[in-house]
Amino acid sequence: MRKTLATIFRFSGGVKRYLGLTVICTALAVFFQFLTPQVIRFTVDCVIGTEKFSLPRFVVDWIEAAGGRSFLRENLLLIAALVVICALLNSLFAFVSRMSAATFAENVIKRMRNTLFEHTQRLPYSWHVENQTGDIIQRCTSDVEVVRNFVSTQLLQIIRTFLLITVSLALMFSMNLALSLVALVFIPLVTLYSALFFSMIKKKFAVCDALEGELTVAVQENLTGVRVVRAFGRERYELDRFDEKNEKYTNSWVRLGSTLGLYWGLGDLATGLQVISIIAVGAVLASRGSLTLGEFLVFVSYNHMLAWPVRAMGRILSDFSKTSVSTARIREILDAEEEKPEPEGKKPDMRGDIVFENVSFSYGDSPLLKNLSFTIEGGTTFGILGATGSGKSTIAALLNRLYDLEEGSGRITIGGVDIREIERSYLRRNVGVVLQEPFLFSKTIGENISIAAPGAKLEEIRAAAAAAALDESVMSFQKGYDTVVGERGVTLSGGQKQRVAIARTLMMKPPVIVFDDSMSAVDLETDAKIRKALREVRGSATIIIISHRINTLLDADKVLVLENGEIAELGSPAELMEKGGIFSRIHEMQSEAVSDLLIREEGEI
Amino acid sequence: MIEEKIEARQRFDPKVWKKLLPFLKPFLWRFVLVCAVTILVALIDIAIPLFQRYAVNNFIVPRSTEGLGPYAVLYLLMIALQAFLVVTLSRGCISIEMFLSRDLKRAAFVHLQKLPLSYYNKTPVGYILARVMSDTTKIATLVGWSLLDIFWCGVFVLGVLVAMLILNARLALLVIAVVPIAAILTGVFQGRILTVNRRVRSVNSRMVGAYNEGISGAKTSKTLVIEDLNCREFENITEDLYRNTLRATRLNAFFVPLVTFFSSLAAALVLRRGGYLVMGGALDFGMLSAFVSYALGILEPIQQMAGIIAEVIATQVNIERVTNLLEQKCEIEDKPEVVEKYGDCFNPKRENWEPIRGEIEFRDVSFKYPDGDEYVLEHFNLKIPAGTNVAIVGETGAGKSTLVNLACRFFEPTEGRILIDGVDYRERSQLWLHSHIGYVLQTPHLFSGTIRDNIRYGKLDATDEEIEAAARLVSADSVINRLEKGYDTYVGEGGILLSTGEKQLISFARAVIADPPIFVLDEATSSIDTETERLIQQAISHTLVGRTSFIIAHRLSTIKHADLILVVRDGKIIERGTHEELLGMKGYYYSLYTNAQLGKARPGESGA
Repeated sequence: MRKTLATIFRFSGGVKRYLGLTVICTALAVFFQFLTPQVIRFTVDCVIGTEKFSLPRFVVDWIEAAGGRSFLRENLLLIAALVVICALLNSLFAFVSRMSAATFAENVIKRMRNTLFEHTQRLPYSWHVENQTGDIIQRCTSDVEVVRNFVSTQLLQIIRTFLLITVSLALMFSMNLALSLVALVFIPLVTLYSALFFSMIKKKFAVCDALEGELTVAVQENLTGVRVVRAFGRERYELDRFDEKNEKYTNSWVRLGSTLGLYWGLGDLATGLQVISIIAVGAVLASRGSLTLGEFLVFVSYNHMLAWPVRAMGRILSDFSKTSVSTARIREILDAEEEKPEPEGKKPDMRGDIVFENVSFSYGDSPLLKNLSFTIEGGTTFGILGATGSGKSTIAALLNRLYDLEEGSGRITIGGVDIREIERSYLRRNVGVVLQEPFLFSKTIGENISIAAPGAKLEEIRAAAAAAALDESVMSFQKGYDTVVGERGVTLSGGQKQRVAIARTLMMKPPVIVFDDSMSAVDLETDAKIRKALREVRGSATIIIISHRINTLLDADKVLVLENGEIAELGSPAELMEKGGIFSRIHEMQSEAVSDLLIREEGEI
Repeated sequence: MIEEKIEARQRFDPKVWKKLLPFLKPFLWRFVLVCAVTILVALIDIAIPLFQRYAVNNFIVPRSTEGLGPYAVLYLLMIALQAFLVVTLSRGCISIEMFLSRDLKRAAFVHLQKLPLSYYNKTPVGYILARVMSDTTKIATLVGWSLLDIFWCGVFVLGVLVAMLILNARLALLVIAVVPIAAILTGVFQGRILTVNRRVRSVNSRMVGAYNEGISGAKTSKTLVIEDLNCREFENITEDLYRNTLRATRLNAFFVPLVTFFSSLAAALVLRRGGYLVMGGALDFGMLSAFVSYALGILEPIQQMAGIIAEVIATQVNIERVTNLLEQKCEIEDKPEVVEKYGDCFNPKRENWEPIRGEIEFRDVSFKYPDGDEYVLEHFNLKIPAGTNVAIVGETGAGKSTLVNLACRFFEPTEGRILIDGVDYRERSQLWLHSHIGYVLQTPHLFSGTIRDNIRYGKLDATDEEIEAAARLVSADSVINRLEKGYDTYVGEGGILLSTGEKQLISFARAVIADPPIFVLDEATSSIDTETERLIQQAISHTLVGRTSFIIAHRLSTIKHADLILVVRDGKIIERGTHEELLGMKGYYYSLYTNAQLGKARPGESGA
């Protein structure tokens, strides 16, 4: 409870006063809401009836001065006006309290969202590898929505209900002790009943949600696998499975609905019992002369006013566990440690030699790189060949400081400077890494290419695209570079995506470019075209190509063959071919497969 | 965004609602019952202030407890009845809601099983899924609850008006005078609230999208050092959301107290006028208190009703979406007499099915795609004897799958006939054909479940031995055994936990276990590791023996072995023959072949 509130309130800096304003205005709104029945009581008892004025001294003096009861009796309009004024003030304060509550809540939520987003951007690479994207997104959206519901609706309701109970009890006790006790008994009973009920059926809700999820998955799989369903003529089988899930889902909701109906019915019964108790006890008290008509009416209307908020209170209380689960899930993200900014870092020339000295790296328990040492000369093309899991991608990640080497497990230098001393953003801007499965943002192709080079001209974008053998395909789209990619636009093939990623990196004009298996979905001819273009645009850049395709590596100056995190072979492609090791064996196998192809198509990943 | 605009223009259209009627029919009696219960509930709600009046007049004012016992019993009975009615009502409502939702979902699902594959080619899965799941749910909730709420509100308001008019017409008129003002205000506000809420939802979905991108693309963002840019863009969205949410709240926060205020105004008027009447002896205290209760209680249902009506109109869009799906034409349907004899896709009459040999003949077939204007096949004739291997060769987008689509009856010829074993396939059921075709796609789709479950999909009653035998036949067993849990390995949704090569091998096993006489295969070209590729090559040669087959082929080793090669270019079949014959023609195939051989000579510089 305390932790949950602390998590929420850490985003409330500067807007806490709105919460204060909310409490004050809600109190005033509640006060004026309760005043209306009091005016009616006064009218019934003291104006129309003949009871003594049971009002504060100065008001009585004031009324007496104006002409007493007879004055009021002739001017009932005054009473009506008083009711209207109460209503007006109630409305006014209710408006202000809702607005200030919303200002508070929306500010807190806006900050929470911004903080979460910024935090995910600053969290280290390894965190994003370890955590599932879908799960993180769900925490940032659904869980935040649960918290938002709490802060923006339930918090106000809790405050209001609390004030309602306090103010009404105070007023009731000031009028009649016995009748107040009747009301007092019902409040905790109804709250408890609601809270118990909702915590009891929470599991049923979860079951319904899970069944709905299963049904959705069944439909989705049927739709995505429709070709398989048709090909095997499995319509009946699919329908039977669907029916079973649909039936289960429906029945679980019908059962839950019956339980809910019981709750509503019993709730109404409780309210009714409360009213009849008030009436019965009231009648007895009135017969003994200790209750006036006006007071009776006030009690009845106060109990009506309390019935719903008290019942809702139980639900809010039981919902609170939902809120605390959600905040805990959010907290897990917030508590993860960000990459630390290093404003003091070095910014050396990046065109020098890249040297790996006794580099070891392990992920969890499994060692990925074992004591690697090699040099990539500045301005050359360096190839790395290795099977899946040989650790080749780790080299790219280390070079970009997506992972940092630990103390004592070797070092990587560029131009003689340990990369851990280089400012991280400077390093990443100068070592352009093209990932195998690049992410494109749902913007236009032009915006995607120039995303890391804001303000680039179209000619520059087209030049980069041309180097990535992409310009032609883009121009064939109706809207050219203004074509939006992703869900709301055109779906690009795996190869096209990779080429956009290459163009995007070229736009940064980095002195070191790393292709981390980033042409795997591009066909061989285009692959060759890109490499040819690269020779022209690279300038003095050092290029590192990681690939499992021999062809791609053939024109590298040097190739490193990696096996189980160790250097298996290292030399120029010609030397490796001659040596007759892994490199030449794979070369043979691949050229056999390649020459078997009659037509090459651009495959998709 | 486009849908938003359509929604904003919505007006009530009875034609749309009429389409729902067939689905409501099974619940007719339930509806009648629920409506009857609703009327009773509303009547009791109206009666409660009158009970209060009785208490005031008979116990409180005369300061007596005489008759309190029977009164309390009666009151208790009434609220017990009310509680019982509420339980019945909500049970009735939820069952209407859930059964309607179930029926709509089922109807959509059944229809989807019959829609042609061309529909799936042009419709995103997310779009269909939304119609099957969320739109049907919305409609059902509306019918089950909201329509009834309107009914309750209507009965209650009307009942209160009648009760007041009967009890005291002059006082009643005071309350009634306020009603239209509140109704008009409600109408004015409701429209604006709806618009603002819609805007909030649209910004909200933009924010969810931004989270999606920011998190999915976090790794890429790091390599490009654009974290700051992302954060700035995101903050713009949350700021926009903040402003719109507050605007929506302001409208609501203004509107709700406003209605409360008018209720109090009505109560004040009643108090003034009624007060004079009581003092003049023309009205009793109980009546006054009952009237005050009515005045305070009548406006809320009106406000509620306005909200629900807006919701009803908004739901029209959901109904249209679902009925559009249900009205989507099945372009390929079996003739009634065919269904009569062979059954439909859900209830096949397998006992009437003829066995199939696998001879396929295209007789004078012309074809154009439903959305195209050009014929891609014209007067095409081809006879494929049973057991023939046909390779289809051509570049990307040349239209290689047209023949396959026609042979599998995923599309039907525009003109001409396709005969299977000498009989027009339209004289047989679709299921008959599909049950006899094995189909392996380049990007194979697996269902979530284990490898074993997926292979069994080809033959539902297969034993474990049969499954393993099928896997062995296509050389998938070595790959499967390498996995930690072997055949019980969970493949994930769509097979996401396996590599493309593994998925392909399993989809081969799935096709082989069904032992189909006709086989359709789309050969893979995407780079898989060299060893798996060999296994797949083996699998292909094993599966084709003794079956009629269509292969969309890329590899010379596959093509050379084919009995017949069809060369496709620009959507048309330009050459046909065996490998040797085609080379002899020195045509397009010949140029493809020589290009490929050149590439082989200089693998390092291919195409450069």
